[in-house]
Amino acid sequence: MITIIDYKAGNLTSVKRALDHLGIESRITADPEKVRHAERILFPGVGHAGAAMRVLQERGLDEALWDAYAGGVPILGICVGAQVILSHSDEGDTQCLDLLPGDCQRFRLDDLRLRVPHMGWNTLEVVRPHFILKDVNPGDQFYFVHSYYPQPEYADDIYATTNYERDFPAAIGHANLFAIQFHAEKSGMIGLKLLENFVDWIP
Amino acid sequence: MLSKRVISCLDVRDGLLAKSIKFVDTKDIGDPVARASKYYQDGLDELVFYDITASSDHRAIMLDVVSRVAEQIFIPFSVGGGLRSVEDCAKVLLAGAEKVNLNSAAVTNPGLIADVSQAFGAQAMVLSMDVMRVTPSAEIPSGYEIVINGGRKLMGLDAIEWAKIGEGLGAGEIVVNSIDSDGTKDGYDIQLTRKIAESVRVPVIASGGGGTPEHLYEVLTAGRADAALIASMLHYDEYTLGEIKSYLSQRGIPVRSVGIDK
Repeated sequence: MITIIDYKAGNLTSVKRALDHLGIESRITADPEKVRHAERILFPGVGHAGAAMRVLQERGLDEALWDAYAGGVPILGICVGAQVILSHSDEGDTQCLDLLPGDCQRFRLDDLRLRVPHMGWNTLEVVRPHFILKDVNPGDQFYFVHSYYPQPEYADDIYATTNYERDFPAAIGHANLFAIQFHAEKSGMIGLKLLENFVDWIP
Repeated sequence: MLSKRVISCLDVRDGLLAKSIKFVDTKDIGDPVARASKYYQDGLDELVFYDITASSDHRAIMLDVVSRVAEQIFIPFSVGGGLRSVEDCAKVLLAGAEKVNLNSAAVTNPGLIADVSQAFGAQAMVLSMDVMRVTPSAEIPSGYEIVINGGRKLMGLDAIEWAKIGEGLGAGEIVVNSIDSDGTKDGYDIQLTRKIAESVRVPVIASGGGGTPEHLYEVLTAGRADAALIASMLHYDEYTLGEIKSYLSQRGIPVRSVGIDK
């Protein structure tokens, strides 16, 4: 059973639909107790990091996530869920969950020909093997839409990078935590495969 | 490297495909869910449903279609047509779309762009504009004017100006549909697309006139579009997605390779 965290950050139902399609049982909840005692946690989201943190705090989900992480529960963050696990985000100068040391930074985009946000399909370069990424082949593409990217403090916490103006970390993690900047639930069959791998992953 | 997107638009009326589409497998006739599902399997990068339902009584049918499509295709999916309020948009997003396309309603009520962008994020707010070529004037310096109601009503609004206003209000993407090129299959309006693409920093999707893979190549290079919208060349089985993407890839355009025969 996958527990999907509900913190008003965008369309959680798209993640739920992808899991339903794969025949993976899931529930959407805002109850910190259910998060604390989850088997596996999916932490999706779109939107503003500051707004996301406010709702997490209001609902006591920040502490529930710390407890779950400390207790070894496998956690997968997606998009904003991959940003607020870091210590801090430049978006609204927000103090974040600090599950993983690092900072969320804005694309500089000095090249005026580059679009804001980074939106569309882009490749991944796997820089450290990880069970969740085991089926990713060179050239496979994933759907991104974001203006900020996660930058872990330690290089060992970076598993894959993507290039947009510069190489930025697109898959990060540590121990029982893994997070992806792209939307696996909207990345076609290879994206669905990553979600399946998360279900089978034993950290 | 970020790929250029190939997007297809399906016109849906009362829950059925509006254009009669030739199918190899006849049992699929008229069913937008089956068509969407086929395109997904074939490597489409993004799907747009445009609801041209005349009667508001039949809107619920569209929501049902949106939700059935969302259960089967796992690529970005946007819905437009007949959306006039934040509530209308919330319904299609809840039904499973990622993005909403606003067109006429945004021209008559620009505040709606800001409201939708604030409610759901700029990434969900696609501004779609129908543009007609006119003689340049003081009012329309670019010679491209915004029209609504399917091209029947000129609005006295310059398309370049409108694109900038839309971006400022919070549109996360802009679809530029050339009324002059639409349905001609003679190619996109390269000059129009390029002018808009150079005036805003959000992604620009070219629409209207795509008839061959070369047309896509032209608008994605000279037209500086980030994505190209195709309809009949796919719906009438004139080209497959694999053929279109292979062509673009061979000419050096970065595309998502799903659907290309290796």
